[in-house]
Amino acid sequence: MTNVDYKIIVGLEIHVQLATRTKMFCGCELIFAAEPNSRVCPVCLGLPGALPVMNKQAVEFAILTATALNCKIAEFTKWDRKSYYYPDLPKNYQISQYDLPIGSNGFIEIPLPDGKVKKIRIRRVHLEEDAGKNLHTAENYSQVDLNRAGTPLLEIVTEPDINGDEEVKLLAVELQRIVRFLGVSEADMQKGHMRFEPNVNLHIKKDSTEYKTPITEIKNLNSFKALEKSAAFEVQRQLDEFLESGRVMQSGNKKTFGWDDIREVTVLQREKEEAHDYRYFPDPDLVPVVVGEKWLNIIKAKLCELPLTMQNRFVIAYGLSDYDAGVLTTDRATAEYFDSAVKVDGDAKRICNLITQTGLKIANEKNCKVSELGISPQRLAELAKIVGAGQVSATAAVTIFEKMTQDDSLPSQIAEKLNLLQKSDEGELEKIVDEVIAINPQAVEDARSGDKKSKKAHGFLMGQVMQKTKGTANPQVVAKILNSKLNKGI
Amino acid sequence: MGQKKIDIEQVKQVAKLSRLALSEAEIAQFAVQLSAILEYVEKLNQLDTANVEPLAHCLPINNCLREDIVKQSLGTEKTLANAPDRDEQFFLVPKILEEPSGF
Amino acid sequence: MNKDILKLTCRELRDLITKGEVKSSDAVLAVFAQIEKRDAKIGAFLSTFKDNALKKAKEIDEKISKGKPVGALAGVPIAVKDNMCTTFGTTTCASKILENFRSPYNATVIEKLLAADAVIIGKTNLDEFAMGSSTENSGLKKTVNPWDPSRVPGGSSGGSAAAVAAKMCFAALGSDTGGSIRQPASFCGIAGLKPTYGRVSRYGLVAYGSSLDQIGPLAKNTADCALLLNVIAGHDEKDSTSVDEKTAPLCDWLEKVDKPVTGLKIAVVPELFKGADSEVVNTVKGAIEVYKKLGAEIIEIKMPHSEYAIAAYYLIATAEASSNLARYDGVHYGYRTQNSADYVEVYTKSRNEALGAEVKRRIMLGTYALSSGYYDAYYLKALKVRNLIRNDFTAAFERADCIIMPTSPTTAFKIGEKTANPLQMYLSDVYTIAVNLAGVPAISIPCGLDKNKLPIGLQIIAPAFEEKKLLQIARMFEKAT
Repeated sequence: MTNVDYKIIVGLEIHVQLATRTKMFCGCELIFAAEPNSRVCPVCLGLPGALPVMNKQAVEFAILTATALNCKIAEFTKWDRKSYYYPDLPKNYQISQYDLPIGSNGFIEIPLPDGKVKKIRIRRVHLEEDAGKNLHTAENYSQVDLNRAGTPLLEIVTEPDINGDEEVKLLAVELQRIVRFLGVSEADMQKGHMRFEPNVNLHIKKDSTEYKTPITEIKNLNSFKALEKSAAFEVQRQLDEFLESGRVMQSGNKKTFGWDDIREVTVLQREKEEAHDYRYFPDPDLVPVVVGEKWLNIIKAKLCELPLTMQNRFVIAYGLSDYDAGVLTTDRATAEYFDSAVKVDGDAKRICNLITQTGLKIANEKNCKVSELGISPQRLAELAKIVGAGQVSATAAVTIFEKMTQDDSLPSQIAEKLNLLQKSDEGELEKIVDEVIAINPQAVEDARSGDKKSKKAHGFLMGQVMQKTKGTANPQVVAKILNSKLNKGI
Repeated sequence: MGQKKIDIEQVKQVAKLSRLALSEAEIAQFAVQLSAILEYVEKLNQLDTANVEPLAHCLPINNCLREDIVKQSLGTEKTLANAPDRDEQFFLVPKILEEPSGF
Repeated sequence: MNKDILKLTCRELRDLITKGEVKSSDAVLAVFAQIEKRDAKIGAFLSTFKDNALKKAKEIDEKISKGKPVGALAGVPIAVKDNMCTTFGTTTCASKILENFRSPYNATVIEKLLAADAVIIGKTNLDEFAMGSSTENSGLKKTVNPWDPSRVPGGSSGGSAAAVAAKMCFAALGSDTGGSIRQPASFCGIAGLKPTYGRVSRYGLVAYGSSLDQIGPLAKNTADCALLLNVIAGHDEKDSTSVDEKTAPLCDWLEKVDKPVTGLKIAVVPELFKGADSEVVNTVKGAIEVYKKLGAEIIEIKMPHSEYAIAAYYLIATAEASSNLARYDGVHYGYRTQNSADYVEVYTKSRNEALGAEVKRRIMLGTYALSSGYYDAYYLKALKVRNLIRNDFTAAFERADCIIMPTSPTTAFKIGEKTANPLQMYLSDVYTIAVNLAGVPAISIPCGLDKNKLPIGLQIIAPAFEEKKLLQIARMFEKAT
């Protein structure tokens, strides 16, 4: 077998549906799963005489995102028509941006599993309108629904700096996190808010010569899983194809493959006779956008702390693990909720645990965010405090947490009412331990024996103490006392 | 006569881009007529425009933007009212067998 | 009685109706009697709305009799070119592809006419999608010149011009992309105004050349043009290319129109006379003499790039048109072919079967000019030349208040005279076309007749947003002659 080494090269094109209330060029409301063709007006229907008027919020979201992606914001930008004919594109042109995108030359940092951070360059960020939907469920005809036509889309194009299928997914996940943090998109994959098109090829070193395989563009990816799997599949397919045919990248031999989610393969799309001539030209119905410093500063003021920055801060300043910091910064509300609680009273680790081990579960059940459970950062901080002081056990904390979602009482009040306050006074507990030891000599002997029975006996003794205190003894303190007494051999 | 500015093959290509199923006669006629027009517009090359900015429109305005406020849509019935072929909720076209490049 | 009513101008009629001295219903009946009498031969109207018009007229008459306030065009019968969307009747653009199209919305100018209590009596014929200079390209009907039925009414607003000239309405709206209001006004012996680009909303005007199209009035005289401009001008938030009132302040143009301009400086371009018929030249020169007698100073200027205007226009307008007309595909509205084998043929056959030859020609030309490899040489080049042409106007207006020239090199030509060669038809737009490229306002008013008793048009061009001065200058001539 010849000596073959390869590097995976991937560039990613992402379309993000912006969370504006209305479409890009008209006031039709954006509602998920509305009745077909019910959110359509003369403008997005492309009726004769209709004219587009740009949505300011869409432009601002675009600038905000481009800024978060470290792009240069174009001082002067315009709108171009991209012509092609398709039933879900009623004007038979899409209003987009061609040569003057609103953002360019940026970068995004993605956290890698080994803890390192990788920088992926962003070539461009631009705004365009979405097309409607074609449905092909019937046998003899296709149906067209224009509800989605005119939805504002942000197109983000990276440089081919991604070097693996996992990395592609990580980039996609990070991008989702960023746009959600910024509030510019819900980025719900199920609702089709993010669409991905990776461009994949390989740089193969065979017998000390480098070859580049033809680039493949993959379409029809609707989940992170599909993104990762299709990239992996494509890498293997290209490797196999190269080893068999030796075909290399040439101008014009880029191909488009569709991902078949069921068979989990990429399928060559029907080859076009000619490349698309989109005949881009400036849209004469729209005037240019000039982004002056004043406006830019107003928009930049809306920038929040970005997720990766926040995540790193949690690790460094609060000593959290990468994993926990990652969980907390999955969404902005949770991250800010945690951050506020820590700022009230700094027990970061405990507050983190309360959120990650208890809060998220309850929030999930109630189908809301942790921050929406009705527990203020102050109350959360207090709960962490009394747990830390040993006043309540970890188990009791769960109960208290649940109760806090129901009313405004303070954690200490709830603990008292429900009799959850733990006894942690060593003197008091020592007396009880002594009592238990005194009336259970056999168990004590077993516990000291160190053989098979000792663990059970130990547990039994602990249980007895807990019983005598009606479960209110602090188990850590009890264990400490018990162990020291057992070891002393009294 | 001189070389035609646009030949039959090019006319066919442009007709395809324009989605016009021209007849052979139309193609031949357009080749002649369009050539004459293209010949005429050649005169623009008499002008040196190396340092001239293109004027896409004459308006002294930028930043025509609207607030993100919901306006009433037409509703499904009105939207489909002029459709050549429709069912209760959708526009209908003969079955599409492929997606175009785009998305 | 009816005949006398028909002689009134909009302003006169409006005043009499508002005072209650004439009933709008009578005006409407008079107009429809005239339509019945003459339109079978002239063919100006594609559709009329007699019942609705009488209903509206009655409402207005009642309002007036009750002393309620009414709008600036109260009770006046107005016609509208059939490329402006109306919720009543059809909006066909004189094309088979929209022959049965019923718009669910009104163009902004229609809303404004209705709010001004005008009575819209019908939609007029045009060159298909406003592409043409004679109305011969209409896909639905023929219109002839009321002055001579063997001749064209001009285009593309030929139906509107003929309707006004034949007194089948008191005024009409048209659209002007390369001269389509001014030239038919000239051929039909009436006034026609193309406002500054951005002055009047294009929302609901079926787009042809988006950076060139403007809606404007065709009427019996300048004062009526002013009255109509009052009603239709103004910023529209639905049209991004409509200018705000800070940049282009509104004015009561009617109130100001009768005031002459003192110290008037008129620019004349002697070179341009070369291409016109001698009678046209002499008559226009005579008109310039009239202005001289009124105290105007005449300045001779050059407009060095005017000879390139037609070439630039037919690349820019067709490029925009090829894109604007892409939507006519038989999918969501309009004509669909019965012969499609697949969805692609729905497009190609519907369009080919229902679009006329001139429309197809311009779509092809525009597509070519934008296509890969040709964009720089054609479209981009044309945009640069456009800049040079606009500079010619800017330079002219530094030295003069307005420019005067013929509207057209000829009077109304014979039907069929220029249809054999498309290029020949394009070349007849020589005096009007540069105005659209520069976006400035211009008006055509009648200034005489040729030996065949055909009207000759005088064109006056003013700087951007100076409609007040433009109308005043035109009015000066009307009052003096």
